Amino acid sequence: MFDNARARWRRAAPSPSLIAVALATLAMMVVVGCGSSDDSGSTSASTLPTSIGEGEGELNVIAWEGYTQPEWVKPFERATGCKVNAKYGGSSDEMVTLMRQGGGSQYDLVSASGDASVRLIRGGDVQPVNVDLIPGWRDFIPQLQSPAHNTVDGKHYGVSLQWGPNTLLYNTRDVPTRPTSWATIYDPAYKGKVTVPDNPIQIADAALYLSRTRPELGIRDPYSLNADQLDAAVELLKQQRPLVKKYWALASDEIDLFKNGDAVVGASWPYQTITLQADGAPVADLIPREGATGWADTWMMSSQARHPNCAYEWMKWISTPRVQAQQAISFGETPANTKACAYMDRIERGACAKYHANESTDYFDSIHFWRTPTSDCGGEGTDCTSYDEWQRKWTEVKG
Amino acid sequence: MDGGEGLSAPPASAPLQRARGRVSAGLFRRAWLRATLLLGPPAAWFVLIYLAALVVLFISAFWRVDEFTGELIHDWTLDNFKTIVEEPTYRTIALRTIGIAAAVTVTDALLALPFAYFAARLASPRLQTLLFVVVLIPLWTSYLVRVYAWRLILAQDGILNWTLHQLGLGSIDVAYSNWSMWIVFSYIWLPFMILPVWLAFERVPASLLEASADLGAHGWTTFRRVLLPLVLPGVVAGSIFTFSLTLGDFITPTLVGGAGSDFIGNVVYRSVGIASNVPFAAAFATIPLLVMAIYLLVARRLGAFEAM
Repeated sequence: MFDNARARWRRAAPSPSLIAVALATLAMMVVVGCGSSDDSGSTSASTLPTSIGEGEGELNVIAWEGYTQPEWVKPFERATGCKVNAKYGGSSDEMVTLMRQGGGSQYDLVSASGDASVRLIRGGDVQPVNVDLIPGWRDFIPQLQSPAHNTVDGKHYGVSLQWGPNTLLYNTRDVPTRPTSWATIYDPAYKGKVTVPDNPIQIADAALYLSRTRPELGIRDPYSLNADQLDAAVELLKQQRPLVKKYWALASDEIDLFKNGDAVVGASWPYQTITLQADGAPVADLIPREGATGWADTWMMSSQARHPNCAYEWMKWISTPRVQAQQAISFGETPANTKACAYMDRIERGACAKYHANESTDYFDSIHFWRTPTSDCGGEGTDCTSYDEWQRKWTEVKG
Repeated sequence: MDGGEGLSAPPASAPLQRARGRVSAGLFRRAWLRATLLLGPPAAWFVLIYLAALVVLFISAFWRVDEFTGELIHDWTLDNFKTIVEEPTYRTIALRTIGIAAAVTVTDALLALPFAYFAARLASPRLQTLLFVVVLIPLWTSYLVRVYAWRLILAQDGILNWTLHQLGLGSIDVAYSNWSMWIVFSYIWLPFMILPVWLAFERVPASLLEASADLGAHGWTTFRRVLLPLVLPGVVAGSIFTFSLTLGDFITPTLVGGAGSDFIGNVVYRSVGIASNVPFAAAFATIPLLVMAIYLLVARRLGAFEAM
């Protein structure tokens, strides 16, 4: 298609200005082409490495708790000689700040969620990577090969990792009937027994709940809220505050709360459920009928990375079907690599179906993935509230 | 070998020794030079590192941060202070911090007074040594471990509720609340109150108490009219530690605080570590600085500095 267009221009013996127009059009076509999922991802920028060199012996990463388990870190260190130093980030905001600290050369990689990745790209904190060096990338589900949250203008700023929903966690002994709605965490019946993440993006969870329970507010996208909609969500969260035992900052906090009986319902990740169940705690989780917010994470490389080769090795390693399967089961999320399914079933019978690795795209589309709220409503409007306002409101909620 | 030979210096070092003698003689004559040499290095450290950091902190409170790039913008603005004054949330947090710091100080004073009285005036020397060690032992262990231990004690299914349940007293719900912060802070800073009060009790001459008794005062009257005024500077000295240490803490609120247990330190920590807004953190950090300045002025009037 490009060849045809080019040939036609050549026949017409174009003037310089026409050539400029043509180039601009071509550039746009390339952008559009990369935006669609069938793109092969071969970004032709000459600055990208074409092979992975000798490892530097070390790799500093910022990760979500549970993302650097010895199960797959130790074999990586043995295979590549890259020693992994991991720091857990408690929230997307913290990850962004950590990546910018000390000129950005302190950490090589970050497992950024969708509400951090665009901020990092726009801030110039991360660099494009050559996905051709990551063999597993070709087997990713189409939606995660070049998603808008990590691919801009056809440049891949990292490789997708895993994704999943934020779930409703409850104690099966204290909550005998299985909840079906997010109303549970706003229910005064559980006063002093509720725990939710200490994270401004939690406002989106309240907005999602309100979009179903109060349709008159007209909330269509929980990350695009006008001032009235934001106020309504904040009002709901302020009513929730007296019910909250603790706003958890690290996953281990929530695990402690449930283990010691200080909380019986809460907003959670599947990781906490799996860890608690492994400990024999009577807990279960679910996606309530209102749907769920969720995350789609990307390993992104700092623009000042001091260990780029080890970083590439890590992205390559973490994208292989076996490691994807290990992490999916360990954390309770869904792998980006479609070939992981077989390995998951090998590790735990039925795990592929349990963690939705074989589901249709409808399931993927049903999750409202974390996104940084912007005043331009993600490019679709002008009257939305920005993340700064969300942060201020969240401070107000917590008091 | 006779003594005379041993005392005389080897000829080679004689010029060196003469030089040394001149230097020490010079130093002896010029007191200002001695003082400069002694105080110079620590004073330089104090000014360059300690005071300079405080000054930079105070200046940066008037700067602001670009919302998109997160970079510092060096123009002068009072916006940070305006936010702190106008936003009720920050007022609540400041008042909560000061309130709990005051409550912890009072609690520690009430606990320390009888303990220190017993340790200083009634205990045998042997028991005194033992008590001294007991007071200091917690300081040998990690602060974090002690706070986590309290988290386990106070949890809903923790040791405290288990004990109450065994005694048939039901259970109480103090975990992750302002109450738990008060308990943990009172525990952690108690040694810093006991030691100055203990010292103050030891300094009171026994003859004063005898004189008071001779003049017909009861034990309680003696305590109230003689002993308490004499140890009060010690209590105030201890309170400087307990108050300022609580005021600046952010770890205990993070670990044992509940919903709405943020301290000034938590807001500062989040402003720097998560929101990357150093100017706002600096502005908020001036509040404890001001509070402590006022506190120290009052403490000086009460004679706390003589008791330290």
